[in-house]
Amino acid sequence: MVSVNYYVALSAILFSIGALGVLSRRNTLIVFMSIELMLNAANLAFVAYARTYDTFSGQIFAFFVIAIAAAEVAIGLALVVEIYKSRNNVNIDDVNSLHG
Amino acid sequence: MHLSETMNSGFYYLAPLLVFAPLVGLLINGFFGKYLSEKVVGAIASLASGTTFLVAVLLAHSTALNHGQVVQVPFAAWIHAGGLQLDWTFRVDTLSTTMMLVVSGVGTLIHIYAIGYMHEDVRFKHDEARFSRFFVFLNLFILSMMILVSGDSYLMLFVGWEGVGLCSFLLIGFWYELDLLSLPSWSNSNAAKKAFITSRIGDVGFLIAMFLTFWHFGSLQFDAAFQAAPSVAQVSPGAITAITLFMLLGVAGKSAQIPLYVWLPDAMAGPTPVSALIHAATMVTAGIYLIARSAPVYSLVPQAQYIVALVGAATALFAATIAVGQYDIKKVLAYSTISQLGFMVAAVGSGAFVAGMFHLITHAFFKALLFLSAGSVILGIERGHHTHAHHAEPKGKKKKEEHAEVFDPGDMRNMGGLRKTMPTTFWVYVVGTLALAGIVPFSGFWSKDEILLETSLHYPLIYWLLTAAAFFTAFYMGRQIWLVFFGEPRSDAAKHSQESPPVMTIPLIVLAALSLLGGALNLPFSGFHNLTHWLSSTISGVESLPFNWGVAGMSTLLAVLALVVSWFLYGRNPLKEKQIDPLKKPLGWAFTGMENKWFVDELYRAVVIGPYERLAAFLADAVDWKFWHDFVHDTLIVGGFNGLTKTLLDRNVDQRGIDAFFNSWGAFAEWLSANLRKAQNGFIRTYALATLLGVVLILGYLILK
Repeated sequence: MVSVNYYVALSAILFSIGALGVLSRRNTLIVFMSIELMLNAANLAFVAYARTYDTFSGQIFAFFVIAIAAAEVAIGLALVVEIYKSRNNVNIDDVNSLHG
Repeated sequence: MHLSETMNSGFYYLAPLLVFAPLVGLLINGFFGKYLSEKVVGAIASLASGTTFLVAVLLAHSTALNHGQVVQVPFAAWIHAGGLQLDWTFRVDTLSTTMMLVVSGVGTLIHIYAIGYMHEDVRFKHDEARFSRFFVFLNLFILSMMILVSGDSYLMLFVGWEGVGLCSFLLIGFWYELDLLSLPSWSNSNAAKKAFITSRIGDVGFLIAMFLTFWHFGSLQFDAAFQAAPSVAQVSPGAITAITLFMLLGVAGKSAQIPLYVWLPDAMAGPTPVSALIHAATMVTAGIYLIARSAPVYSLVPQAQYIVALVGAATALFAATIAVGQYDIKKVLAYSTISQLGFMVAAVGSGAFVAGMFHLITHAFFKALLFLSAGSVILGIERGHHTHAHHAEPKGKKKKEEHAEVFDPGDMRNMGGLRKTMPTTFWVYVVGTLALAGIVPFSGFWSKDEILLETSLHYPLIYWLLTAAAFFTAFYMGRQIWLVFFGEPRSDAAKHSQESPPVMTIPLIVLAALSLLGGALNLPFSGFHNLTHWLSSTISGVESLPFNWGVAGMSTLLAVLALVVSWFLYGRNPLKEKQIDPLKKPLGWAFTGMENKWFVDELYRAVVIGPYERLAAFLADAVDWKFWHDFVHDTLIVGGFNGLTKTLLDRNVDQRGIDAFFNSWGAFAEWLSANLRKAQNGFIRTYALATLLGVVLILGYLILK
């Protein structure tokens, strides 16, 4: 059986890629995809530990994450559509009218 | 015995009606009295009082069926604080039912009489609100008196005690803006204040007695206190003596004993039914009831008992001598009341509780009778005065002058010959006089004889004081009869006086019958000691003495002798108009003293009231005005404040100091916010980075700590 360390390492790499994507990209859709990547990195860690310790809770948690991610995407994409309608692009740095 | 056990065997559940029947009466008259006619107002009030009497009769009946068993009827929770557990409980025993019967019985008769009297009073100008107010006060009095006699603890008794004091104040000052001659004056309200304040001095004593009772006995409830008393007496007899003597002060205030009796003669300023009900028959006997109720405590301290008896006997003799020198028909009766109350206090002080209660009952009958008859006499004279004035002075201006002339309808020197014009009043007055003088077989003879007999056994000094008082009693009553009803009329008003209406004379006849037959309650022959037997279930250790021919013969002989002497002085040669009292010459300065109440009021004014007023003036002028107002308030506080304000308002302090300090805080807050807002730049990626850094920091801390 593959050691849990490999899964966790993969999860950490995926999470870091996602985080970098969120911080560095300006396209809202790409940012979204990066967020999904981070969520799934977390899922991977949950499931890996759940298998290692032979419990269900990590797996159930992963399902929750998937369900909530789906809801988040539905709202997020609706927002993206509305942003596009009002400005004709989806550049995240243009949406800064709440600055101090 | 608890109520539930006897609920079915009597009328005990009716006990709260004692208080609530008069309450309903006074509420109806208080709210709707001015819309109702006089007769309806009087009927409601009398009915309320009558209901109380009926309840008292039923309670007495139930008590008799239960062989005098004490029954406590719990009514409402009252005070539960620490060790003090007091509820409003009605105590139904032989002593309290006796008081209930006397108060409500005599009270009802006086209610009925008052319907006629208040209508006839010259000061009454068909002011319906005032008429109903009078009956509201009378019902309130019955209510308070019922609370007093039915209370199961000293505190409940005190509630009623203060209640009757209030009613006394309200009714003495009933004509607060008019004097006896219906001229504007504050004399009546002053008399009311005098009564209230003097009684208050006594009440302080009673209060202290209650505090001590609670402190030493641990309870104010009668049974609990009396149970604790004997063991306390073993440990600290001084405490019991203090309780009884402070209680005596309360009794002296309420029952008009030396040295606090001075309010009672002035209380005659009230309408006559009030004098009869409150200041003769019932309220003033509350003190005797208190001592009789506290019999288990008094029995423990013979020295205190002796002081009580001595106060009573001294009052009896002192007041009787003053009564001899009075000219006002009601003043004579007022001093007579003080004197008779002295008899009762002497009796309960000598341990003759039954004799005291017996005299209380018979005195309630005959003194109420005498007062109500005196009221009838005064109204008769007033009627005569008015018809005479109308007939003799047809011209308006002259008539006015006639009315302005001072004519006192209560002055016995203006009376004479009334037995012809007011025959009913005359006969009932004679009955009352014979009862008060103690002539066989009137009720007063039996009760007074019992007191004299009891005191003669143990306290010879008290016996002789009381015997002397009894002699004066018969004398001043004889004097009154001869002056008022015999001889020739000494004024036109007396000549034209008229008999009172039946609504007044019928209660008089009932009371006369009671005064004649009241002695049957406790005849001193074996098998007839009804009252002794009745009260023995409440007051333990009372015994009935056999009849003593020596004591009875002595008192009867003295009474008859006094009546003969009074006939010799006033009856044989009736007083002429403007003639001075025939006693004045032979007695000289002694009579001047009697006439002027032995100058006690003047003495009190010089010794107590004068220094008190000077002290009050000093406190008001020097301490309050000059020290507190001028110095402390104006100089120190106002001056200091002004100085402080001036300093603070200075430009250097206010603007350059205080303002600058707080403005600098404002400026700092402005600078801080201007810099902090730069962090919020609107770029989501900046916020995400900040979040990430934060998470990394927290995780790093958790891992590395």
